[in-house]
Amino acid sequence: MASMDRRLLMDRSVAGRRAVTVPEADVPLTPLPDAELLRDDLQLPEITEGEVVRYFSLLSQLNFSVDTQYYPLGSCTMKYNPKLNDEVASLPGFSEIHPLQSDESVQGALQVLHELQDMLGEITGLPAVSVGPLAGAQGEFAGLLIARAFHKERGEDEKRNVALIPDSAHGTNPASAAMTGLDVVTVPSDEHGNVSVEDLRRLADEHTSIFMLTIPNTVGLFEPNILEITKIIHDVGGLVYADGANLNALLGLAKLGDLGFDIAHSNLHKTFSTPHGGGGPGSGPVLVTEDLAKYLPTPVVGEHNGKFSLVSPARTVGRLNGFQGSFGIAVRAYTYIRLMGLEGIKAISLNAIINANYLQSQLKDDFDVAYDRYCMHETVMSARRQKANGVSALDVAKRLIDYGIHPPTMYFPLIVPEALMIEPTETESKETLDAFIAVMKTIAVEAQDSPELLHEAPHNAANTRLDEAIAARKPVLRWTNEAAD
Amino acid sequence: MTTAKSSGGSPSTFIPNTDDDQRAMLDAIGVADFEELITDVPESHRYPALNLPEAAHEMSLAAEMAGLAASNFVPGDYACFLGSGAYRHYVPAVARKVANRGEFMTSYTPYQPEVAQGSLQVAFEFQTMVSHLMGLPVANAGMYDGPTAFAEAALMAARLTKRTKVIALDTVDERNIEVSRSYSHYQGIEIVRASASDLSVPDDAACVMVQSPNVNGVIEDMAAISTAAHASGALAVASVNPMSLGMFKSPGECDVDIATGEGQPLGVPLGFGGPYVGLFTCKDELKRQLPGRIVGKTTDTNGETGYVLTLQTREQHIRRERATSNICTSTQLIALMVAAYLATLGKQGLRETAELCYQKAHYAASQIDALDGYSLASEGTFFNEFVISCRESVQTTLGALIEHKIIGGTDASERAPNGIVFALTEQNSRAEIDRLVAALGEIGSTS
Amino acid sequence: MTPDDRKYSKEHEWALVDGNVATVGITQFATESLGDVVFVDLPEVGSAIEQFGKFGEIESVKAVSDLFSPVSGTITERNDSTIDDPETVNKSPYGDGWLLKIELSDASQLDDLMAAADYDKLTAEEA
Repeated sequence: MASMDRRLLMDRSVAGRRAVTVPEADVPLTPLPDAELLRDDLQLPEITEGEVVRYFSLLSQLNFSVDTQYYPLGSCTMKYNPKLNDEVASLPGFSEIHPLQSDESVQGALQVLHELQDMLGEITGLPAVSVGPLAGAQGEFAGLLIARAFHKERGEDEKRNVALIPDSAHGTNPASAAMTGLDVVTVPSDEHGNVSVEDLRRLADEHTSIFMLTIPNTVGLFEPNILEITKIIHDVGGLVYADGANLNALLGLAKLGDLGFDIAHSNLHKTFSTPHGGGGPGSGPVLVTEDLAKYLPTPVVGEHNGKFSLVSPARTVGRLNGFQGSFGIAVRAYTYIRLMGLEGIKAISLNAIINANYLQSQLKDDFDVAYDRYCMHETVMSARRQKANGVSALDVAKRLIDYGIHPPTMYFPLIVPEALMIEPTETESKETLDAFIAVMKTIAVEAQDSPELLHEAPHNAANTRLDEAIAARKPVLRWTNEAAD
Repeated sequence: MTTAKSSGGSPSTFIPNTDDDQRAMLDAIGVADFEELITDVPESHRYPALNLPEAAHEMSLAAEMAGLAASNFVPGDYACFLGSGAYRHYVPAVARKVANRGEFMTSYTPYQPEVAQGSLQVAFEFQTMVSHLMGLPVANAGMYDGPTAFAEAALMAARLTKRTKVIALDTVDERNIEVSRSYSHYQGIEIVRASASDLSVPDDAACVMVQSPNVNGVIEDMAAISTAAHASGALAVASVNPMSLGMFKSPGECDVDIATGEGQPLGVPLGFGGPYVGLFTCKDELKRQLPGRIVGKTTDTNGETGYVLTLQTREQHIRRERATSNICTSTQLIALMVAAYLATLGKQGLRETAELCYQKAHYAASQIDALDGYSLASEGTFFNEFVISCRESVQTTLGALIEHKIIGGTDASERAPNGIVFALTEQNSRAEIDRLVAALGEIGSTS
Repeated sequence: MTPDDRKYSKEHEWALVDGNVATVGITQFATESLGDVVFVDLPEVGSAIEQFGKFGEIESVKAVSDLFSPVSGTITERNDSTIDDPETVNKSPYGDGWLLKIELSDASQLDDLMAAADYDKLTAEEA
């Protein structure tokens, strides 16, 4: 698409052009402040409304998206985003209300949040919920703060300075633990792809504040020893945290609370269908047992005699962001759960798991499977076989683009070399899966017969492979006026 | 096997595969039934009782949600004078429209740049415009919101200076400080409040945090703060309302090192508090400690210009526990809305809008101040909000205003007797302002 | 070809000694594993450095690696061209891509390092 005009806004600007006019003041004028307080320049575009539309619209067409392509990104749960969600979120009664309005004036909004708290609590079996955290990573941060507060109340916070985290964990887990001042101790995985229970038993001790576990884990496997795992941690007085990124596999199938988890976060922008937005906004509610409810971040929505209000939990870990969370995302998730209903929610994990296993079964002749067993909602395959012929997971991923499919997650988790993590989700039909399988088989043949096709892929996208090295060595991070700067 | 009501059909409009499809796939996998796939899940814990409502039809749910939404008191319907971190500015139709395109809304984080050039180029535009507004050369692609950006700025200053004390002016909104404390507490960082008028920056201070306009709506002397901070080897960290930068001097021009802000005033609906977007900018030499994603310009194998995420080694997916932040998903779509808004308002429109806010606010302030028993408590130059010391208590005042279909401001009684912060935007008509003044005049008056 | 005029550490650094000064850098194996080097973070001239202690970081597009000194001593020179032009490390890891010159505090530490042949054995195993 080299022919498309990719000029930036400032290069399209023509002095005097405008996209919108602003009315004159309808009040008597007050003199402006002293010039020394005011800025002289304001370097912003000067274009017309039509140019805004054309520019943004053409740019949008350079994107892949769930609305237009299949996105088998492991651990991201790129499921279809129902459009009613967006409509409801745009209702003026939800989109135009100010976060600091009195509780009495926003009962409808508070009711939605309260019911969402309840439904998420019911689904996970962790009944006390705050929808405040603005993304999964912030939910993790909240959960870790809660663990520290719990231990502090028992006079144990100083000695409990360790977060146990599996080597397969998502990067946010150790990053969040570090932000809460905990030392990260890594728990190895065994040869089956599960947490090594033996190592966990050895590492868990009176210094353990928390064990963070993604379930199913980041290689798409459920921990068969989960009950033993949560017991090990509880026996040493620690708490168990569930990273809910993969909750899609458990909806209706099992409850985190039942399995022994004390704290969890959920990603509304994964499991609960809210749009990814090209990198957010998301929402990462934190969910806890009743015992830990008093530590939840402020505020949560309480209810008394049918009236809803924002309340601060008795021993809250504090405020983590400006207001009460990503309401626009919460209202979408709420709408989604209501559209799916009980039977729909139960059908999600079933279909997600069947779809992933179907892909695994049909692709394992052509690609290595990281662990030779049935998976949950995602399968981790590997381009190890192809690597022997000089073709990497990256090359396979980039070649998929030429077939109009977004690449799967690559090189994660770190414990699988040349990893390709594939999560179809329940919203993809068997026909889409069959088409994907056919493409992957074609690519496997190309990897043998014409590897240069893969090395130079993608050929048909908005750009060919981009030079990330120069972008990092000599960063150009904004438009500059070449003439002046 | 569980299926939904329509027997043989698919269980939901969002789950295409029917019983037959599932059967065909199970056969292909080589199992007799689904249970064989989930043997790792302890049998005793499978299929717990789940108390959720039945699936709703779209039509009925739409009506139900419309009812819930309509039950809220909506600014527009009510005259609104609430600010304190979120403001009711007008968003042009075109800006709203482009952000709603499915290719932007439903795309993923741009880790595969070749198929995300739309999102990446827009993020680059966002960075460009935010950096020019703030007067600092490096802007990231957005944080969660203003308060968390401010908190992360303090952490960044601590990393850079290797110091553990943060001086925060007492005119910084308490809400911002609460968030900063949450982020700083376990990093061994202490936040100390100080007054601007009698500011002494110790040499173990990592930074001085200043908010402008401040909690009372007053423009702070950021240049003086920068000088004081730098004299002690500390950094100057500012949180700025970006709409005010349509007219006021940028933090960069005041030698601020890290400038953050809440992007909501620039084209983001109030939305009951979120999603919003945090703005984060800094001087060039500090960029390797920047949190969050950042987009850079580069070329492809054909020499064509393209955009990629860059400086990724700062981030959690590579550096894990040594990352500059744990942030992963941020608020890319909201950044897009800001970019669309700034592109639409443009050079003239943003300045005119900011000046309109200034004019409305000053008119309102002088009219209210002229009322018996009301006085302007904010001292100094203000932008679009100010504190009024009211005749009656905050509760009485706000309660009376609601009766007049007016949503009053936030409680500032800790800072001024019966104090309320009133905020004005270009959307408050003169008629609305006059109505506010009249309503205030009536409260507790002997008549 | 791994130069045999110098010694190697397990962490893929090399030390080339001339009198009491060792020039230190990273090996080709290291640069190949890292990929395109985009940033090098080195300490100031005059700083003290410990054998096997971390003295800095090297970043590629997708990875960060700690740099560990093969010897103890004081830094007498720093190759700023690797900071200005990190590509140099990839192009010439044993030549122009050197990182630091260190005045040795204990020459006997060189005995703790490997000869080229032993280093090659190590990398053959790791590959």
